[in-house]
Amino acid sequence: MTQNDAFISIQNVNKYFGKFHAINDVSIDIKHGEFFSLLGSSGCGKTTLLRMLAGFENPTSGEIYIDGQPMSGVPPHHRPVNMVFQSYAIFPHLNVRDNIAYGLRKQKLPRAQRDALVDEMLDLIKLPDYGDHKANQLSGGQRQRIALARSLILRPKVLLLDEPLGALDKQLREQMQLELRALQKTVGITFVFVTHDQEEALTLSDRMAVMSNGRDLQVDTPTRLYESPINREVASFIGTMNFFDGRVKALTNGGAEIEAVGLGNLCTSNIPPNLKPGQSVCVAIRPEKLSLSRDAQSGFNQVKGRLDNAAYLGERSHYYVSIEGVSKPVAVSVQNRQRANGNGENQCPVWLSWEDNAFVVLGNG
Amino acid sequence: MSRHSYIKRPNRPLQFYAALFLVVLYLPVLFLPLFSFNTSIYVKFPLTGFTFQWYVELMDREPVWAALMNSLRVGITTSIISTGFGVFAAKAITRYRLPGKGPLIGFIMLPLVVPGIIFGVALLVLISRLGIQLSLVTVTVGHVIVCLPFAIATMIPRFEGFDPSVEEASADLGENAWWTFWRVTFPMVFPGILASLLLTFTVSFDEFIMAFFLSGTDPTLPMYIWSQLRFPKEFPSILALASIILVVSFALVFLGQWLNRDTQATDLNSE
Ligand SMILES: Nc1ncnc2c1ncn2[C@@H]1O[C@H](COP(=O)(O)OP(=O)(O)OP(=O)(O)O)[C@@H](O)[C@H]1O
Ligand SMILES: [Mg+2]
Repeated sequence: MTQNDAFISIQNVNKYFGKFHAINDVSIDIKHGEFFSLLGSSGCGKTTLLRMLAGFENPTSGEIYIDGQPMSGVPPHHRPVNMVFQSYAIFPHLNVRDNIAYGLRKQKLPRAQRDALVDEMLDLIKLPDYGDHKANQLSGGQRQRIALARSLILRPKVLLLDEPLGALDKQLREQMQLELRALQKTVGITFVFVTHDQEEALTLSDRMAVMSNGRDLQVDTPTRLYESPINREVASFIGTMNFFDGRVKALTNGGAEIEAVGLGNLCTSNIPPNLKPGQSVCVAIRPEKLSLSRDAQSGFNQVKGRLDNAAYLGERSHYYVSIEGVSKPVAVSVQNRQRANGNGENQCPVWLSWEDNAFVVLGNG
Repeated sequence: MSRHSYIKRPNRPLQFYAALFLVVLYLPVLFLPLFSFNTSIYVKFPLTGFTFQWYVELMDREPVWAALMNSLRVGITTSIISTGFGVFAAKAITRYRLPGKGPLIGFIMLPLVVPGIIFGVALLVLISRLGIQLSLVTVTVGHVIVCLPFAIATMIPRFEGFDPSVEEASADLGENAWWTFWRVTFPMVFPGILASLLLTFTVSFDEFIMAFFLSGTDPTLPMYIWSQLRFPKEFPSILALASIILVVSFALVFLGQWLNRDTQATDLNSE
C-alpha cells in the first residue's frame, strides 16, 4: 500500500445499501493538518463517506487508513476521530459543561483539572458564561460551537464536520466560517468538512473533493478546481461556466490552438494531458473572464453578439449575450461600479473579449 | 379569536361531544363512591345518611390487608419486569432495521385486543401441563403479558422523540454501547420509564381475569372483591374498597402522564 504522507487514506472504497451503490470506488488521500472539504449535491454520498470515517457504516469493499492504521472492524468509540453531526446531537439532558466534558470520563482526571479543561474550551468557543445553561436553551450557532468543543476537548487527530453551518443564517455562517478556519489553524487538527455550499468550500478548504453520484470527480485545491476543472460536470458544479464545442487545431508550446464554434480561434495553455490535433473538445470560460463593450476593441480576442437580458446580483450583474452559432446565451459578469439603472437596453449589439489563457479545455469532450 | 390558530379554534359541537362522552363513561363509576358513604347497606335511592363506617370497617379486616399485600407484590414485580422488557423492545423497534417489524409490533400488541379470558385459559392449560403450582408467581406471569403492550406503547414515543444521532455522538466521544445506554439513552427515556412503571402497576393492580384463572390460594385485591360479592352485608365495604382503588388508580395514571408530558411539550417548543 502506498502510504506516502497521507494521514487519512481512503482506498477504493465502495458502499452498497442493498442494491443501491452509494459510494462508487472512491480513493482520497488527506494530509495531516489539512482543511479538507467534501463538496457535492444532496444525496451524492458525502454523509455516507463521513460516517464510514467515523465508523458508523462499514465499507462494502476497500479500506480506510487513519494515521497508518486500517480502520475496518474498529468501532466508533475506538477511532481517533470525532464528528460534529449535521444536527449537532447535543445531549439535551446535560448542561453545557457536562456536554463538553462528556468524553473525558475514561481519562479519570481529577475534578479541578477537568474543570480547567472545560473552562479552556468555553473560552475557545467564546461562550465563557454559558457553562450552566441547559443545552436546549441555546441558539443554533451556540449549539454548533458546543458540539465542536465537545469533540475538540478530546484532542482528536481528525475532526469530521457534517454540514455544521447548514442551518445558520448567512451572516452567522460567514462569522462561523472565519472562526472555524482560525480554530483549525490554532489547534492544528485535520478537518474533514462536508458541505453542499460551493462558496463555503472554496473559502475554507486547503483542498477539496467534488463528488457526484457516489464518485469523487476531482480532488484539488480550490483555485485549481475553479480555474482548471477536469470535466464538464465539475466545471458546471462550481460557479457559472460557459461551454463551447470546439476542435483542436494545433498543439503549441505547452498549450493548444482551438477552433471554437461561434468564437473562432483561441489559444490557451489550460489543457488536459493527451490532447491530439483534430480531436473535438469542449472549451469553457467563466463569466468574469469575459468583458463586455459597445464597440470593437483593437488587438483583443473578441466576438460580436447581441445583448439578450441581464440579471442583477448586487455587487455584480450577469449579462446574457447571444452569439451566432452558439445555442445558449453566454453569461458575462460585470462589476457594478456605478449604481445600476435598470436592465440596460436589450437586443443592442455588443462585443465580448477575453485574454489569452482565459479558456479551459475540458477532458473527454 | 385571532389568538387561536385555525386548528386550535374552539369547536362547540366537539366540546359537547367530549362532555357527553365523559359523562356516559364515568357517571356509573361515580355511583361507587356515592353509595360507599351511604348508611344503608342497600344500593338504592334515596340516600339515607352520610357515614365513614364502611371505610373504618374495612381497616379492621385482616383478609383485605393480606389481599392488598398480594396485589402490591404482584403489581410491583409486574411493573418492573414489563417495563424492563418494554424499554428494550421499544429500543429495538425504533432503532434497528428489523425485518418484519410491522407484524412483530402487531404480535406484541395482541394482548390488548385478544379477550383476557382466552389468554387466561391458554396460560392455565399451559401451566397445568407443565405441572406448575398456581400461585402469585403465575399471576405475575399473566400480568406481564397483559402489561407488556402498555409498557411498549408508553416507551416507543419516548424513543422516537429523540434523535438517534445523540447515541451515535456518545459512541463517537468514546463510550461503548453499555455506557451510552446509561449515560444517554436511559436519562432521556427516564420519564417514560416512570410513566410505564405507574401505568403497568395500575393495570396489574386492577386486573381480574388473569388473576381469576391463574391465582392459587392467595387472592389479589380484585379477586377478594369478587369473592365478597356473594355477601350482601359486605357490599358497602366492597364499595368503599372499590372507591379507594378507583381513586388511587386514577392518581397513578395521571401522575404517570404528567411525568411523561414533556415529549409533547418539547415537540411544540421546537416548532
Ligand atoms: N442507511 C441507508 N440506507 C439506504 N440508503 C441510504 C442510507 N443512507 C444513505 N442512503 C442513500 O445513499 C445516498 C447518499 O446519502 P448521503 O446521506 O451520504 O447523502 P449526502 O451527500 O450527505 O446528502 P445531503 O447533502 O442531502 O446530506 C442517498 O441516495 C441516500 O438515499
Ligand atoms: Mg448529508
